[in-house]
Amino acid sequence: MIAALLVPTATWYLVLSAILFGIGTFGVLVRRNPLVMFMCIELMLNAVNLSFVTLARKLNDINGQTIVFFVMVVAAAEVVVGLGIIVAIMRNRSSVTADDLTELNG
Amino acid sequence: MEFFVFGCAALMILVGAVGVITRSHPVHAALSLVLTLFGVAVLFVAQEAHFLAAVQVIVYAGAIVVLFLFVIMLLGVDRVENLRTEPLTAQRPLAVIVSLGLIGILVAAFTTGSGALHERGEGINIPDLSTGTDANTTQLAESIFSKYVVAFEVTSVLLVVAVVGTVLLSRRIKSVEVETSK
Repeated sequence: MIAALLVPTATWYLVLSAILFGIGTFGVLVRRNPLVMFMCIELMLNAVNLSFVTLARKLNDINGQTIVFFVMVVAAAEVVVGLGIIVAIMRNRSSVTADDLTELNG
Repeated sequence: MEFFVFGCAALMILVGAVGVITRSHPVHAALSLVLTLFGVAVLFVAQEAHFLAAVQVIVYAGAIVVLFLFVIMLLGVDRVENLRTEPLTAQRPLAVIVSLGLIGILVAAFTTGSGALHERGEGINIPDLSTGTDANTTQLAESIFSKYVVAFEVTSVLLVVAVVGTVLLSRRIKSVEVETSK
């Protein structure tokens, strides 16, 4: 009885990915360092990947794993472009907080 | 056994994720991110996604985190950030409410909607150690290179655009600097 209850089902994995997504959201909202905000976006992407793989096994469908492959490629491209933008912005500045980027502030 | 693997991996993921958002040093946050990414890779293996687990370790824990650390060192921002001060009033309680509400909505959707899920694919091949071929990699390759080959080719265009764009962004443009200095 207890052994049957202790086998992780798909819901366990999905709840874990939901918690990971929530932690990532909190980090994006709270942290002020653009690099750490980017890391939190990576956390959210990984939570979604985890739920895709879980549902691929649950639904017995390989396409769930195929889309994770494409998400990883797009995430890599996104990180490269994002870090390039951060380098371009921050090269001539001393401080790096998102609050300092107020040039467009009317 | 699977419970033990899930417990360890979930602990790694949650400790790493909390580390990313609470460590005040960016390098420590990046190293906590590695812990989370390895935990996700372990869960990929536990769910028979062997190829994705390898790609997760190589691309995420290898390339992307190294890129983060490289930029942190390049910009010289590897100093401790003061997390005590709250730049916007009441931002943190609101962020707690938003993220807890998001988790609550997602968990409610998962628990109530899990009965509506039904098997719809042709099935996932489980790797067989006796034959020596990785059935998961074979099946994933057949899916990518037959059904989604156009998306795969477009992905290569995306990567070229990203690389060229990043080189243009991070390059110093000499003529503009001369004009601004006059």
